[in-house]
Amino acid sequence: MSRNDANAKPYTERADGRSWTQTRPISARAGVIPQADGSALFTIGKSTAYAAVYGPREIHPKFLANPNTGVLRCSYNMQPFSGPGARSRSGPSRRSKEISLVTQRALEPVVDLSEFPNTVVDVFIEFIETDAGSRCAGICAAAIALADAGITMKDMVGAIAVGHVDGQTLVDLDGVEEHLGNEVADIPVAMIAATGEITLLQMDGITNTKTLLAALGEAHSCIKEIAKVQRQALLDRYSEVKQ
Amino acid sequence: MNQDKQREHALAAIAAGIRSDGRGLLEYREFTVERGVSSTAHGSSRVQSGDQIVIAGVKFELGTPYPDTPLDGSLMVSAELLPLSNRVFEAGPPSIDSIELARVTDRTIRESKALDLSSLCIEPSKSSWTVAVDIAPINANGSLFDISALAALVAIRDARKPFVEGRVPDYERLTDERLELVRLPITVTVYKVGAYFIVDPTQDEERYCDARLSIATLDSETVCALQKGLAGSLTIADIETMVDIALRKGVELRALVTAA
Repeated sequence: MSRNDANAKPYTERADGRSWTQTRPISARAGVIPQADGSALFTIGKSTAYAAVYGPREIHPKFLANPNTGVLRCSYNMQPFSGPGARSRSGPSRRSKEISLVTQRALEPVVDLSEFPNTVVDVFIEFIETDAGSRCAGICAAAIALADAGITMKDMVGAIAVGHVDGQTLVDLDGVEEHLGNEVADIPVAMIAATGEITLLQMDGITNTKTLLAALGEAHSCIKEIAKVQRQALLDRYSEVKQ
Repeated sequence: MNQDKQREHALAAIAAGIRSDGRGLLEYREFTVERGVSSTAHGSSRVQSGDQIVIAGVKFELGTPYPDTPLDGSLMVSAELLPLSNRVFEAGPPSIDSIELARVTDRTIRESKALDLSSLCIEPSKSSWTVAVDIAPINANGSLFDISALAALVAIRDARKPFVEGRVPDYERLTDERLELVRLPITVTVYKVGAYFIVDPTQDEERYCDARLSIATLDSETVCALQKGLAGSLTIADIETMVDIALRKGVELRALVTAA
């Protein structure tokens, strides 16, 4: 195995002091955007995603309509000030379009829109700050927002980036760890929380079967914990209403 | 109820001095102003007014001064009516409403000369900062002009310049150097409904408004920018009343900025 940077020091402990299997602090709230049919705010470390769900509603353009079921349509967008470094341009890019697509694919397996043929459920995800793991944070926010909108779902979908640095498995890589000169694999994963079925899987880097499977095992542990936070956000929302 | 009936109803309530949410005619929804809400922005703010939420972020960009202003940096204000924030906003290229919101907010800050653009120059004709302000409505319910201008101003006050070594900026390391705002321009948009004037209409109320005037003020007597909007017309007497309202309400909103 070769390194990206031959001079990189071995990464023996995490820069922010976390254990290898510890995520950054996570928080979630549901119902943060009153205009939407469902909404959520999800933060992991310094990646913060808002998600809003509108629908089922009329679909435009019409040719996208499916007479057998409603369709899910996801949009991932970073605010121009939400990336590290220089301001980025707003609006769609190759990157944001691809992430919108994989986000949609991550959520479709749990969503049942068969009662709403010819309609669309729009999910808009916006970031005000990102420090790695944004697509996973976006999926976590979107899943809460869909549930908040009362969309029929089989289960919660959670997502986390896992990977390894110099063969050491770790979870929830931050921006520093993504860009280490060491040999890094960065693997965003989304899963149906209860069953561990994988609905998003991508990877940047180099791995082998053993380390990949170890990383996916860690992902499932994390996602079960994330699903608790997601559920709690929904429970808090409706206990607020009751009071 | 048809539209005429709804308008009649709304007008009767306004004539009685009561709005559907219980506010007085010249009363804003209650504001909460925070700064430093985005760790990646060089300055940021979150302003909530009732259920409306607007987030603004500032990034500095190192560039070259414009040839006609070699001693100045520049200011750029953008806004986008995010489809996340309201079901009527559509995805796609910026709508005319997004552009108007950005331009009115830009004009408030630019024409007030609150930001000394020469303080953004690093080397005449060669190197200067652009202050880029992006405005993102998170929940939109009605008029966004006043809340967006507030959010932009607070984000600018929160901003710190990045380090520059040689001519290379390090956008991830910020100095303690803040932008000096020599004035605090405040936008107050006054809406005309029949014979009455209101501020801060909700989305429902906006539908019955005949005309609006966005008025930026610097203090209790100075106006620095105007923009008339909507399909109705205004008399000179209307303008007098509206400017008077904006000057008074401006003092109130300015206090929110200094307190943040």
